[in-house]
Amino acid sequence: MSTLDSAFSALSDPTRRAILARLALGEATVLELAKPFQMTQPAISRHLKVLESAGLIVRRADGTRRPSRLAKPGLDAVDLWLNMLREALTRNYDRLDQVLADIKPENGGTIR
Amino acid sequence: MSTTMSKLTLNTEGDTHVVVTRHFDAPPEAVYRAHTDPALIQKWLLGPDGWTMPVCINDARPGGKFRYEWVNGKGDGFHITGEYIALDPFSRIVHVERMHLPDPTPENHIETRFDPDGGGTLMTMRMTLPDAETRAMMLKTGMEHGMEMSYVRLESIL
Repeated sequence: MSTLDSAFSALSDPTRRAILARLALGEATVLELAKPFQMTQPAISRHLKVLESAGLIVRRADGTRRPSRLAKPGLDAVDLWLNMLREALTRNYDRLDQVLADIKPENGGTIR
Repeated sequence: MSTTMSKLTLNTEGDTHVVVTRHFDAPPEAVYRAHTDPALIQKWLLGPDGWTMPVCINDARPGGKFRYEWVNGKGDGFHITGEYIALDPFSRIVHVERMHLPDPTPENHIETRFDPDGGGTLMTMRMTLPDAETRAMMLKTGMEHGMEMSYVRLESIL
């Protein structure tokens, strides 16, 4: 998968989007992320691994802690929101193309 | 597909506007109807894969209200309510909406135009958020919600 594809794939999961949104506010450890999400640390770790592979986050060693942060400083909340909006709109309008193709024959090309 | 994705443009204007354009291979009448007929809306206005819209109530006339409810089958859900301000069949829709998380977000004012484009339609959707501060607050609200609910649907302010 290309970097872009893996980024989109990583962003397709709502929990991972929420993690990114949290990290947009600042660095956080697995423990700090697990608590508000009410998820186990292994579950959070799996999501972090996907985000790391997609190049969206980086993790640094700090003793036994491995805090995560957004990979790109410029990846702020607005950019995240716009990316999510773009993803949702792309999906929506691809489906709409199909809806329009389906209703065209039934109505002889004229919709009233 | 890259060819399909490339049809979409999405740009910010200033601090409060987002402008989206998309070409469709169908006449404006059809695209307009797909934006106002609940049975058609339920087929495409679903966001990321995995979500459905079990409730789609829509009174498409000036002053009419609408309510869209989404669920993902994993216990997550949210809804949007809004009002139509103006409808010019089959060229223009103006409405306001807010997302309920469950507290309502600030209102998003949206004008959607459907202009003939070759044999199809060029749709131009212009969102206006109240101000930069409100937009920042909206993002923060959505994030906090995401942390509580294990999901973020900031994009669904659409």
